[in-house]
Amino acid sequence: MLIKKPEDIRSSEITSKSNYVNRRQFITGAVAAAGAAVAGGLYLRSGSAAESHVEAAGTKLSGIVKSQYSTTEKPTSFKDITNYNNYYEFSTDKYEPAGLAKDFRTRPWSVAIDGMVKKPKTLDIDSILKLAPLEERIYRHRCVEGWSMVIPWVGFPLSALINKAEPLPSAKFVAFQTILAPDQMPNQKRAVLDWPYVEGLRMDEGMHPLTILAVGLYDEVLPNVDGAPLRLVVPWKYGFKGIKAIVKISFTDKMPPTTWNIMAPDEYGFYSNVNPLKDHPRWSQKMERRIGEGLLAPKHPTLMFNGYADQVAGLYSGMDLQKNY
Amino acid sequence: MNPLPEKLLRPLKVIVFLVCLGPLSVLTWKATHDLLGANPVDVITRSTGKWTLTFLTITLSVTPLRKLLSLPWLVRFRRMLGLFAFFYGTLHLTTYVWLDKFFDVHAMLHDIYKRRFITAGMTGFTLMLPLALTSTAGWIRRLGGKRWQKLHRLIYFSAAAGVVHFIWLVKADLRRPLTYGSVLAVLLTYRAATWLIAKKRTRTRQAMAVTSA
Repeated sequence: MLIKKPEDIRSSEITSKSNYVNRRQFITGAVAAAGAAVAGGLYLRSGSAAESHVEAAGTKLSGIVKSQYSTTEKPTSFKDITNYNNYYEFSTDKYEPAGLAKDFRTRPWSVAIDGMVKKPKTLDIDSILKLAPLEERIYRHRCVEGWSMVIPWVGFPLSALINKAEPLPSAKFVAFQTILAPDQMPNQKRAVLDWPYVEGLRMDEGMHPLTILAVGLYDEVLPNVDGAPLRLVVPWKYGFKGIKAIVKISFTDKMPPTTWNIMAPDEYGFYSNVNPLKDHPRWSQKMERRIGEGLLAPKHPTLMFNGYADQVAGLYSGMDLQKNY
Repeated sequence: MNPLPEKLLRPLKVIVFLVCLGPLSVLTWKATHDLLGANPVDVITRSTGKWTLTFLTITLSVTPLRKLLSLPWLVRFRRMLGLFAFFYGTLHLTTYVWLDKFFDVHAMLHDIYKRRFITAGMTGFTLMLPLALTSTAGWIRRLGGKRWQKLHRLIYFSAAAGVVHFIWLVKADLRRPLTYGSVLAVLLTYRAATWLIAKKRTRTRQAMAVTSA
C-alpha cells in the first residue's frame, strides 16, 4: 500500500476561517458569561459547542477499490463526521472528542487474537492493513440517539481477519475490546462506563460481507476521533456497536458481554439492530435526523436494519426482534 | 443594610434585562453564522434547557442572597429573572415541539406517556405556566399577597422537575445534572431551615404567651 506524504504546509497550520470567527464568537460568549457570573455565578462551563477541531487533510490512502455495497446517498461532510460523534473514552459530549483525541497515539499498535482459535497470536496494525484490499464502503450510520450520517469508510471485510485468526468450529461469537489507556483517554480515569469498552457479534454477523473493519475515511487514514487505527463498522446496527481503537479480538462459544448492555440492559441489547418498530425508553427510533441537512430539514423515517434488510434480515429469521433487541 | 437609590434601579434593570438576553443573542448569532455545529437542533435544545435551569436556580437564589447579604432591593429583580426562566423554558419546549417533533401531536403524546424524562420536563414547564401568568402586580393584588406567595412556591417543584428531567435524560455521566441538583438542594434546604426556625420561634412565642396568660 502506498502512503503519500501531505504537502509541506499542512492546511491545519493556516488559521482557518472558523478559527478567527471563533474569536468573535468567544467575545460574544464572554459577555454572556460575565452576565451570568454577575447574576449568581451558578452555571457550568459554557462550552463553545460548535468549535471544530478536525479540519486538516490527513494522510491519503491509495489503492482503494469501490464496493457494490456502497449507498448512492450523499455522504455527510468530512467536517461533520469528524467533529460530532460519541467517543465516551474522551468525553460524553459529542463535540469534544475531536479535540481531545487529536494526539492519541495509533502507532505502535497491535491487536491480540485469542480465545477459541487454532493458535493465539498478535497482529501488528500494518500487517492488518495488508490482510485484504482496501475498499470504500459508503454506509448509512444510525446512532441510537436518533441522528444519522452517510459515511464513506475505507476498510476491509471483518471476515478476512476472522479467516486469518483461524477460529475453532466451536467458536460461536467474536468479541472486541478497546484499548485501555487512561493516560490518553481522560474519561477512562472516571467510572463513566465499565472500561475498557467491549463489543461482540455472533459469528455469522461477523462473517457477513457488510461487516467491515474500518481504517480510513474519505480516502484518508481514519482520524483518531473516529476510532483510529482500527474500528468495527456494522451498518445495520446502532452506531455504538462499532467499537473503536480495537486492541483485542477473541473467539468464544458464549455470548460476550457488551458495554452498553452492561450499563443499561433494558435499553441496549446484544443485537442492537436498527429497528424502527422497537421503541427505546429514551428516543423514538421511528425517525432520524440526518446530520448536515440544516435546522429546518424534516427528519427521515428510519428503515428496518437501517435499510440493509435485503442483505441481513435472513440472519435473524425466526427470532422475535422485540425480545432480541 | 444596603439601600439602592431608586434612580439607579431603572438603568440596572435595563442592564440585567440585556444580560439575560445574552444566551439568546449568542444562539441567534451562531445560528445565522452557521456556527451551531453538526446538529444545530441538539445544540439549541441543550442550550435553552441549560439556561432554563440556570435562570430557575438564579431566581431561587434571590431570597437567600438578599437576606444573607442584607440587600433587600434584590427582590426587585426576582420577577424578571423568573420570567426569563419561563422565556428560555418556552424556547426549549418550542424547539422540541417544532424542530424535533414537527408538531406531530401523536408522537409528542406518546413521548409524554412513554418517556419519563419528557414527562418530568413537561411537568416542570406546566408548573411554570401559572407563575408566569400571575406575575403581574394586578394578579398579586387579586390573589392577595399570602395566597400569591403560596402559589409561587410551585417554583420549587418546577425546578426539581427540571433537574429530574436532566438526570433522566443523560445516558451516563451525571456530573452536569447533579451540579444543578446540588445547587437546588442547597437553595431548598435553606428554605426548609428558615421555615423550621420560624415555626419553632412561633411555637416558643405561643408557649410563652400561654404561660404568661
